[in-house]
Order: sequence, then C-alpha cells, then structure tokens
Amino acid sequence: MPSLDDLRKRISSVKSTQKITKAMKMVAAAKLRKAQEMAENGRPYSDKMNVIIQNLSKAINDPSNAPKLLIGSGDDKTHLCVVMTADRGLCGGFNTNIVKQAKNYFNKILKESKNLKIITVGTKGLDQLKREYGKYIVKKIDFKNKKQISFKDASLVGDEIVKLFQNNEFDKCIIFYNKFKNVMTQIPQSQQLIPAKKEDETKTEQESSYDFEPEEDEILEDLLPKNISTQIYKGFLENSASEQGSRMTAMDNATRNAGDLVEKLTINYNRSRQAAITKELIEIISGAESL
Amino acid sequence: MNENFNIEIISPEKKLFAEKGKSVTIPSFEGEMTILPDHISIITFLRPGVININENKKKYFVEEGTVEFSKNNLTILSSTIIELDSLSKDVISSMLEESEKELNQENLDDKKRYIISHKIDCLSQINL
Repeated sequence: MPSLDDLRKRISSVKSTQKITKAMKMVAAAKLRKAQEMAENGRPYSDKMNVIIQNLSKAINDPSNAPKLLIGSGDDKTHLCVVMTADRGLCGGFNTNIVKQAKNYFNKILKESKNLKIITVGTKGLDQLKREYGKYIVKKIDFKNKKQISFKDASLVGDEIVKLFQNNEFDKCIIFYNKFKNVMTQIPQSQQLIPAKKEDETKTEQESSYDFEPEEDEILEDLLPKNISTQIYKGFLENSASEQGSRMTAMDNATRNAGDLVEKLTINYNRSRQAAITKELIEIISGAESL
Repeated sequence: MNENFNIEIISPEKKLFAEKGKSVTIPSFEGEMTILPDHISIITFLRPGVININENKKKYFVEEGTVEFSKNNLTILSSTIIELDSLSKDVISSMLEESEKELNQENLDDKKRYIISHKIDCLSQINL
C-alpha cells in the first residue's frame, strides 16, 4: 500500500501530464484545420495536372519516342522508395504505420533480389528505418525548422528525384505517405511516381483532339518533372493533415486515460486516508475502554 | 454563340482566379497568344511573361505554367504566379538582379538562356 504522500504526488503528476496532453490536443486541432484547408486547396492543381497528362499521353502514338519519365526506363531492377513521415513524435501510430507499409514493400523487393534505394523525408521515419535499412538510404531530407512546407520545398525533392532518374540511378519510384481520410482514419498509401501509371484506358470517353504547341513530347518533357513535384507536394499536404489528425486523436485518448487514472488514484487516496482515520479512532476508543 | 468562357487560374496552394471572361492573353512558349471564346482545344506551356485577363482588367506575372483550353474552359496551372498589382518596384528589381546573375552562369543550355532572357525582358518592361 503506497503512503498517502506518494499517492498525492502521483495524482499531481498525472494531472500535470493531462494538462500537457490537453494543450497538445488543442494545438493539433488548430493546426489540423489549417492543414486540412491547405490539402483541399491543393487538390484542384494536382487533379488538373493529372487530366492534362492523361490527355497528352493519349495523344502520343509512338511509345518509343515518349519521354522516359512517362514510360519508365524499360527496366525493373532498382526501386527508389521515398518514405514521407513527420518530424515530430507523439502522434499515435502515424509514423509507424507508414514505416510498416514501407518495410513490407522493402522486404518484397529484397526477396526478389532487386536493388533498393531509400530517400527518407522527415526525421521520425529515418529513426525507425536506419537500423535495419541504413545501408540502402541514399538521402535524408527533413524540414524540421520549417513551419509550413511550401511548393518550393516539394519541388526541391522532386528535382532531386528527376536528377537521379536521369542519371539512371533507378528504374521505378514509389512514394509512401498517409492519406487523410478523416480525423480518426489515415490510410498509409504507396504511390508509383515513375513511370507514371496510366489510368484505365477509357478512350471513348474523351475523343477531343487537342492542338499542341509546341509538340506533345516537348510539353510532356516540361510537364512531367512538374507533375512529380506536384505529387510530392500533395503527399506533403496529405501527410501534414494526417499528422495533426492523428496527433489530435492520440492526445485526446491520452487526456482521457489520464482522467481515468486520476479518478482511480483519488479513490485509492481517499480510501487510505479513511483507513488511517478509522485506525486512529479504534486506537483511541480501545485505549479509553481499557481504562 | 457563347460570348464568355470560364477562366481558372490554379496554383499548388489554391485557386487564384475563377471567373468568366472574354479574352485572355498568355505568354505561350512560342509567343504571345490571345484566347477568345470557341478557341480550338489546345495544350501549351508558358514562358515568363504577363497574363492579361479581359483586356487589362487583371494581370498576373508568371514564370512558367501549363495551359489547357477545351470546350470553353481555360485552365492555367502555375506554381510561380503573382498578381501584378501586388508587385512592388523593389521586388521587381531584386528579381531582375537575380535573373541577371543566373544568366551569367556558364553552364546554361539554350533553352534556359531563352527563358531567363525573356524573364528579364518582361520584368524590365513592367518597370517602365
């Protein structure tokens, strides 16, 4: 049985932890709203970009002439995986979920004895991956001292990937991030960037022929690197909304758990206090009776 | 006949502009181009220059971008777009300085040189 003093100390420590988690929850809620708004505002851009690329790739008749970024290098030996995680912890299973998904993929690739290269974005994913997969990591990127990730930051990552591709460093590029469904659920996603995956061919749907100025492949060459940055930016936005959502739920749970704990401890405390009083009373009464 | 068509300008951060309009002039990669209602479907991309909506009603400065026009819907995608009114002289001159520095680098290919020199031309015209 812990002493009264110990109990009192524990109660006050749990209470102050509860205050912290509560504050973190509020902060996450405020940030979530902003991040969600940004993710929604960013959607039209990437959607339109996709539509244009679909239209363009339909217009290319001779696939052997198409830019490599669209059709790939024709090989399937080296896979580049971009794992996007948060820079901060205390957000429930957010980082672990992405890393888990990525690890599954890594193992599959290594089993097929293909080459693996990893770029980590965000420090938390790096921490979880570097022990097991440290030798595969070719680049680490983090935005720890940035408050808001802008499109420029995303295009830095995008340019890096395009440059590696042009140097024939890899054949396939996959990004891992969390898709924001709602505050409670975030779905870890893997998306193939290079070669750009063609959606199901529904040619009948849009038969409108476009005029291209300059030629199709020239436009594609300009557009595809941009598309990669756009997809990465989209990943960032979804990720940051997911991070805040996940943190909010985690901190909400923590606050509730702390409340439960305080309740239990308080009952314990009151009981032992009452026990001490009763004991003293019994001692006094039995002392008086014996006289 | 339709007199107006839909104009949308979208940056990665948000939708900047969505209205109906009569004419849009864009600095397409191979030269300036004015789009009027019932233009043929077209996809093109931009070089640095000024987008002019409804004859000087609204102007934007862009460095690059992609333009799609189909069925009287014009979509302009650009990650480097600034409304002309919000540009100040200081900003322009610092941008000019930067691009001139870039132009003086040695390992530039022709395409980049072409784009940067256009940017300088365009910026110095705004300044006037």
